Amino acid sequence: MTAALLDVTEVHTYYGDSHVLRGVSLAAAAGAVTALLGRNGMGKTTLIRSVIGFTPPRRGTVRVRGEEVQRLSSHEIARRGVGLVPQGRRIFPSLTVEEQLRIASRPGGAWSLDGVYDLFPRLRERRRHFGGQLSGGEQQMLAIGRALMTNPAVLLMDEPSEGLAPLVVRGLRDTIARLRDTGLAVLLVEQNLPLALDVADTCYILSRGRVVHHGPAADLARDERIRALHLGV
Amino acid sequence: MTFYAQNALNGLAYGSLLFMIAAGFTLIFGLMRIVNIAQTAFFLIGAYIGLMLLHAGVPFWIAAALAGAAVMAAGLLIYRVFLHRYHADELTALLLTLGFALMLDDLALAAWGGDPQSVPPPPAFASSVQLGPLVFPAYWLTLIVLSALVAAGLRLLERRTMLGAVIRAGVDDEEMTRGLGINIDRAFYVVFALGAFLAGAGGVLGSPITGAYPGLDGDLLPLAFAVIIIGGIGSLEGAYVGSLIIGLVSTFGKALFPELSYFTIFVPVAAIMALRPQGLLGRKR
Repeated sequence: MTAALLDVTEVHTYYGDSHVLRGVSLAAAAGAVTALLGRNGMGKTTLIRSVIGFTPPRRGTVRVRGEEVQRLSSHEIARRGVGLVPQGRRIFPSLTVEEQLRIASRPGGAWSLDGVYDLFPRLRERRRHFGGQLSGGEQQMLAIGRALMTNPAVLLMDEPSEGLAPLVVRGLRDTIARLRDTGLAVLLVEQNLPLALDVADTCYILSRGRVVHHGPAADLARDERIRALHLGV
Repeated sequence: MTFYAQNALNGLAYGSLLFMIAAGFTLIFGLMRIVNIAQTAFFLIGAYIGLMLLHAGVPFWIAAALAGAAVMAAGLLIYRVFLHRYHADELTALLLTLGFALMLDDLALAAWGGDPQSVPPPPAFASSVQLGPLVFPAYWLTLIVLSALVAAGLRLLERRTMLGAVIRAGVDDEEMTRGLGINIDRAFYVVFALGAFLAGAGGVLGSPITGAYPGLDGDLLPLAFAVIIIGGIGSLEGAYVGSLIIGLVSTFGKALFPELSYFTIFVPVAAIMALRPQGLLGRKR
């Protein structure tokens, strides 16, 4: 097995007294999509927040390219190579498209402003528009482009298909596949099971703060029993 | 007619000096959620430092810059040692700045005594300008122009620079800004320093109008609050427009109903709070 770019080991995370993640371990390898599935409220977004340091874990380790980062602040974790496409996209309404890309820019990798504009020509057309003026699909492009501008090794994507039209979701699927092919380790949280199973290599299922299933996406696609048990489909 | 024109100009000049306080106030609150009560104390300390420098023979404009720098250094120290760690805790930060405001006020009393001091405008601007039947002190006009230039400069900084974009991103969504690898704490320092500098330099620039006396900071604080509420918290343009409105209202209030001067200021404030709580140019939260 290739070394994982992201390695989460026995992570426990709390919101106040509420024990949300109860010893989660997972790994995301380079050039692969790792899907994180589970019903609502099972801790998927909390895991993303734990990795980026928004809600640091109380116990356990998070390694990025082998280096422990769980005690660092969010901006330091991001600079170690973690890109975030957050739930709800969190586009800055009072910045233009180009400003959002520029403030995120950390040169020294494959991605630059032109590279992102080539990936999403729509953003180039909209570059002087403010975040609040974009459609949902454009916002999603910007959220991904913004994360790419940081030249990450690991890309965290939290429900990127949420609220998007089916045609746009198909484009998103292709984008994720292209990013995987550039060698990124993609950790994908998705409610859209067909999308996740289609694009993912490995799947983890979270239930009540624990990993209850882990295996190749192709197996999960065949195993109706596990899907019914943990995903309710 | 002369009465109104004279007071309008006086009001604009007074509003222009209020903006030097309100600009930092609104920027600091918008980005860091800190209500910096000490902002008018920075103004007072700036005025006294300027006075000291003027007595030592330092030219007026240089005194303003030096006083601004001194107050900025003091403000940065206060921010670094005390405020920085409480910026997520609005009430604690507010009480801290209140404490520093009181301390600075007492310090000024101890250092410079209780007598009100008048500050001469720079000699080149000490003359009067005659416009028909009206006679304006040239310095008032200068201050109005200067404050407008500061407002324009701050707007450029906010709208046209990378630092401005980072500040706007921090106001929109601080956590997400950090998640992009941006050390927003640096912007906090810059904004706090800028706010303190403007208040300190503003103290010198405004002192030919306000004079310098213990309690000046307390007199200005409600006006600064009124400016922010009318203009909209966090909005630079709002702070400028609000400053001019409050400058005019307060000047005309004092001239027309001297016994009701605070009442006249807070009538527009109450109206804004009832009809448009986010302020004239503020954003809904």
